Amino acid sequence: MIDLSINFGGIKAPNPFWLASAPPTNSGYQIMKAFDAGWGGAVWKTLGVPVVNVSSRYGAVNYRNTRMMGFNNIELITDRPLADNLREIEEVKKYFPDHAVIASLMVETRAEWEQIIKDVENAGADGIELNFGCPHGMCERGMGSAVGQEPEVLKTIVGWVKEAANIPVITKLSPNISHITDPGLAAVQGGTDSISLINTIKSIVGIDLDSYAPYPIVDGKGSNGGYCGPAVKPIAMHMIKDLAQHPEISKVPISGIGGIETWRDVVEFILLGATSVQVCTAVMHYGFGIVREMEAGLRQFMEEKNYNTIYDFAGKALPNVTDWKHLNLKHKVVAEINADKCIGCELCYISCDDGAHQAIALSTDPTNRIPSIIEENCVGCNLCSLVCPVEDCITMEKRDDGTQNLTWHERTLNDDIPVTFDDDRAGGKGHFVPTPADALKHRR
Amino acid sequence: MAEYKRPTTEAEFNKNFKQKKPLMNDTEAYYEASRCLFCYDAPCIQACPTSIDIPLFIKQIHTDNVTGSSKTIFDSNWLGNACGIVCPTGVLCEGACVYNHQDVPPIQIGRLQNYATNKTIDAEKEIFKIGKSNGKKIAVIGAGPAGIACASEARVLGFEVDIFEAKEKPSGLTVYGIAPYKISNEEVLKEIDFLQKQLQFNIKYKTAITSKDQLQKIEADYDAIFLGVGLGKTKQLELDGEDKDGVVGAVEFIEELRMKHHEVKVSKKVVVIGGGNTAMDAASESARMGASKTVLAYRNSKEKMGAYGFEYDLAISSGVDSLFNVTPIAITGNGKVEGVKFAKTEMIEGKLQTNMDTTFIVPCDMVIKATGQAKQGEFYSLVDHLNIDKRTKVIVNPHTFQTSNPKYFAGGDAVNGGAEVVNAAFDGKMAAQGIHKWLNK
Repeated sequence: MIDLSINFGGIKAPNPFWLASAPPTNSGYQIMKAFDAGWGGAVWKTLGVPVVNVSSRYGAVNYRNTRMMGFNNIELITDRPLADNLREIEEVKKYFPDHAVIASLMVETRAEWEQIIKDVENAGADGIELNFGCPHGMCERGMGSAVGQEPEVLKTIVGWVKEAANIPVITKLSPNISHITDPGLAAVQGGTDSISLINTIKSIVGIDLDSYAPYPIVDGKGSNGGYCGPAVKPIAMHMIKDLAQHPEISKVPISGIGGIETWRDVVEFILLGATSVQVCTAVMHYGFGIVREMEAGLRQFMEEKNYNTIYDFAGKALPNVTDWKHLNLKHKVVAEINADKCIGCELCYISCDDGAHQAIALSTDPTNRIPSIIEENCVGCNLCSLVCPVEDCITMEKRDDGTQNLTWHERTLNDDIPVTFDDDRAGGKGHFVPTPADALKHRR
Repeated sequence: MAEYKRPTTEAEFNKNFKQKKPLMNDTEAYYEASRCLFCYDAPCIQACPTSIDIPLFIKQIHTDNVTGSSKTIFDSNWLGNACGIVCPTGVLCEGACVYNHQDVPPIQIGRLQNYATNKTIDAEKEIFKIGKSNGKKIAVIGAGPAGIACASEARVLGFEVDIFEAKEKPSGLTVYGIAPYKISNEEVLKEIDFLQKQLQFNIKYKTAITSKDQLQKIEADYDAIFLGVGLGKTKQLELDGEDKDGVVGAVEFIEELRMKHHEVKVSKKVVVIGGGNTAMDAASESARMGASKTVLAYRNSKEKMGAYGFEYDLAISSGVDSLFNVTPIAITGNGKVEGVKFAKTEMIEGKLQTNMDTTFIVPCDMVIKATGQAKQGEFYSLVDHLNIDKRTKVIVNPHTFQTSNPKYFAGGDAVNGGAEVVNAAFDGKMAAQGIHKWLNK
């Protein structure tokens, strides 16, 4: 029997699908609608001293016919009075006592932190999320990512909050730093109950070619925004992995955020150690109903793999994410083209010839557009299989017998690595490359 | 049963002759363009008679560089707008699209092409540059696609160009001979207008060249002459009763239809004779004009028809009936057509034989002969030393399009015996380059 319920660092929810603190959680109306649609929790749009927002707030990166592959915003924290928000938190909790309502907070002074914590606790919030991530507007005033970028300050504020709070505390981190483990460790040392990440990435999504202003344009000017949406998922996953593998930080649960839109994204985040996920852009794009696909897919996955709870597979990919130096240098794959599936676009040929290792040949028969792999030149880089528009047409086939394992690390210990510029042990020594002048033979 | 009501107004005509390849809107073009894989050495380019860099122009549409996209198209084909609509793309570029191998609909290349050029034409973007004058003059005979393409290319190369056209409108069969559901007159003419405004070639309308004197004057006035004279009227079938009222040639029928639309009177029962694309067009048009019965009659089997399969399907879907292996032996009636007498044919030892023992009459009140156009043999006899082949096609050097009389170049239907607009556009362009090379020797 599949049970999707979670206990995330003391915050209970019927499922791990939470709304991230963002425009979809601006009001009780939206959150009730979301819970009704199937979301298990919601992090309220950040509360604090209300702001004044600008008009024109969002920008997007479209890729081909996909809209909002990347998304950015220059909206700030809530612009609604605290009392209104508190009243609505109370009302939501009345209707949905078992769902997680988490109050995202961002204030300046210790006194403000203490006051607002008391207020949201009184309103019935199940937890607090500290917004140390917002990379636009608020950081100019010493809040948001300005805190997230200073581990010592972050630790101090987490300490204040923990002292004042009776409900669990999530610390939300900014990705706009060199090593995510620095603020991560500071949060844990400050006593946080859990961590969430990533907040948005500082970004400029585009420039208008007539006004020369960045999007979104506010009366001829723009500002850096916070980037999110499917485009940031790889960055988020890497950071989650870094925290989940850290011996100290991994003691607290992690709520994964960043480009999550499908059940697959959810499973991947969980496999990297997240035990709740937060979603914003997908909802801003498709509405709350998107959770139906996530939940159905997650259940299907768990059924097929025989998991009862998400904790059965949380972090299962972590042992396989290692440093480069521990990868097996003896492993060898080469590309194989399935001639029955090939449609003759020749993208594999040109991508390999121009962008990789010149290991794909065209047929000398002009009526045959199916390329062939020059196996001795193929380094097994995958590029052809990635550009191929036909599913499973180019596959990477194992060529080593699996008996040998030798890593860079081991070679280093064995004193068997290239050390001079023209070292004979250079990996590419003797590997085929055409002579430079061969390039001009392609002229038409 | 007739599928179409006889059109009595322009609106009804337009409904019956709804455009087969309507103009794409921005969103449709954007989405469709996004599907292009940008194949290496793309098969669509190879399949295009004018070798348009199709993946490039599609990418340019997708990146909102529609003007650049049009430039890419016109760089290869001066009639890129018309060709986007009237080209048989299913057997050319779109037929070569690799998506076909995946059972995925190919990219709608023709409609994308038309989208880009149409937008550029409507915006009156200046995208062509007349070449620096080289002091030489070219006469172009015939303002069809070959002649227009030759004139446009010649202007870029710095020639002065005068086109002599027998009719009142430019673009030849593109405006006079293509089925109205394939392209509208406005769509054709605005492209020529766009080219002419920027490239400033002259067209002398209603100036048929029919005498040796005229030609000698042209020879004296111009450095080179391009013959883009196309084909002539519908060939005579030499049948008994062919002169009866109600017997018309397909070319003449379509021309009248294109110019007069719903004012053309089509009879109730029509027999169309022929198996080529023009026969399919004429049959389909007859049905769309409200004929209660249109019968397509072809002397050989369905498989032997010269028409593209999709053209036949289109005619059938318009409500046309077909008869195969029948050949007309007489047209019956008393002054006015009352029927066509057919004899059955069969293939015996690889030869089509007519069996005069099995004849029958298909009653009708109109006969459209779509059995090919006569060649311009009479005109060719006016040109000194002009070699033509035994099918009365002008013989040219396949690279320069120069004829046996070095001052004369030729292209289009006059040379290929009747092909697509795109073939004529290619010939005309190449001929202008041929002239340029020859005069700069």
